[in-house]
Amino acid sequence: MAESDKRKTAKRNEARSARWENFARGLYRFRSNRLSMIGLLMLIFILLVAIFAPIIAPYPEDAAGKTRVMARLQPPSEDFVFGTDKIGRDIFSRVVMGTGLALQVGTVIILLATSIGVTIGAVSGYAGGWVDDILMRITDIFLTVPALVLAIAISAALGKGIINAMIGISLVWWPGFARLTRSLVLSLREEPFVEAAYGIGAGHMRIIFRHILPNAVSPIIIKMTTDFGFAVLTAAALGFIGLGAQPPTPEWGAMINDGRRYFPDEWWIATFPGLAIWLMVFSWNLIGDGLRDVLDPRARR
Amino acid sequence: MNLRFYLLRRIALIVPTLIGLSILTFSIARLVPGDPVGLAAGPQATEEIKEALRREFGLDQPLPAQYINYMAGLFRGDWGQSLYTRRDVLPDLRTFWPATLELTTIAVIIATLLGVPAGVISAMYRNRLPDHVARILSLFFVSFPAFWLAMIFQTWFGRDLGMFPINKRLPVLVAPPPTTTGLFLVDSLIQLDFETFMVSLRHIFIPSLVLSFSAFASITRITRASMVEALEKDFVRMERAIGIPYRIIIFKYVLRNAFIATITVISLNFGWLMAGAILIETIFDWPGLGLYAVHASLSLDFQPIMGIAFLYGVVFSLINILTDMVYGILDPRIRYG
Repeated sequence: MAESDKRKTAKRNEARSARWENFARGLYRFRSNRLSMIGLLMLIFILLVAIFAPIIAPYPEDAAGKTRVMARLQPPSEDFVFGTDKIGRDIFSRVVMGTGLALQVGTVIILLATSIGVTIGAVSGYAGGWVDDILMRITDIFLTVPALVLAIAISAALGKGIINAMIGISLVWWPGFARLTRSLVLSLREEPFVEAAYGIGAGHMRIIFRHILPNAVSPIIIKMTTDFGFAVLTAAALGFIGLGAQPPTPEWGAMINDGRRYFPDEWWIATFPGLAIWLMVFSWNLIGDGLRDVLDPRARR
Repeated sequence: MNLRFYLLRRIALIVPTLIGLSILTFSIARLVPGDPVGLAAGPQATEEIKEALRREFGLDQPLPAQYINYMAGLFRGDWGQSLYTRRDVLPDLRTFWPATLELTTIAVIIATLLGVPAGVISAMYRNRLPDHVARILSLFFVSFPAFWLAMIFQTWFGRDLGMFPINKRLPVLVAPPPTTTGLFLVDSLIQLDFETFMVSLRHIFIPSLVLSFSAFASITRITRASMVEALEKDFVRMERAIGIPYRIIIFKYVLRNAFIATITVISLNFGWLMAGAILIETIFDWPGLGLYAVHASLSLDFQPIMGIAFLYGVVFSLINILTDMVYGILDPRIRYG
């Protein structure tokens, strides 16, 4: 009894150490990719800004729409590093206060899209047959229309606002994850270890969640990282159109829309939120690019 | 013969997808919490007026009946009416669509002309400086919000440097070429009107350049990856062994093999850029679907939105078929059957 327990633990430890070794090797490869490390540093910087936003921002109350009529449309100066907008709000404070929002938006969209997409893809690939047919036809329908157009339609239907924009984008973002997961599941389903699990009587749920999906995690994570930046970008686009975040929310896309009328004479209003979006998207793209090398060494030769 | 049969079958296969798409657009438009009629009629409208509007647009019927009407309309070419302008959607789309198509096509051409060589160079100098530079540049540019970059470029090239026009498809005083396709570049060439051609080329250049940036990275990446893969094939080693110049191997044999995957990505990008054009158009006052779509979506005007989504679906499906045709040209081994 004690002997078999010991053996079990040893086996588990072995599996864990193999996994750990893989992880360590991946970490090493990621660390040796200088570009991705820069991306990671940029992201850490962004996270710190988001966490300490109320301390960093000189006028945190400007995020809520405090007006300062005496200081309208001020160019960048010592008092207002990024200048002020049409009602005298400090652009720097608003950009800083909007950082957390942008991160939240990206996180929610990616998590929602992943959970919908992975579920549908896994069921589709594992079940096969008519279930697969139906689910994939539905996926195809979503893929016939470019995501941005459908996102605009859905968010418009749900009503203006950042929450609805996030829902709208998530609802058009999942098909990519579904396709990816399905293809992974299709090949994993044929692996001997799946057959073995089935042979010793494991249920379908257990096979999907304990045996198949853990082996499909890497490509899904790569896609989550590379998509994160673009999800933020899409949300900003909706904000820019006027469908996303509504004033006075310090959402970067909406801020660019705000500054459009004053561009280029009061260039600072639209320029700095745009640079903030760029920094966020660029950092995720760099990280995603590095992760792709780590998790799929064949991709970069 | 074979090809024609294949084409017909592919086109027939679009129909179920489009029916599905029509269900989707219909559901989006109907199952919404907003009250488009109330918005359109204005705050002063009485219940009777709203009721009359509802009846006029068929909104008082049960949902399945509404859907059948909608779908029958789609096939008849009656894509509904704007709640605000009271104009039919399909003629409006026909008016605005060519401008968007022209913008997107030029953008895809630019992205291909920039992206494919960048990918080829990256593959040839794999993991050396040119490869890294191309990689950084493509990630750098794809990360910009296109609508923001559009504003910057408009100011730099249009206002400060004065090198390109600031907005619109043509100057106010230049009459557009007689409409054959609605694409000014094509129409002016048909008329052999090179002056108008050059003017509209100058107008389209900056908007389509900005639009092309978002496609640059993915085209470069796929070209590089498939070039690298093709370069390791046995036939390349053989060709090098018998002394065929490297340049010829690359451009004549490897690129052709690598191009199939690239074509797929280019055609996918066509759809994405068509969507991105919506944002770019609002900046450059480009009279395409963009302004139309933005206005309609902000005012809960559903028929135009559904029309646009449906149009994009049709075009995207057709592009996919076209792509498969191109595969056959590039790779004679592919048989249509």
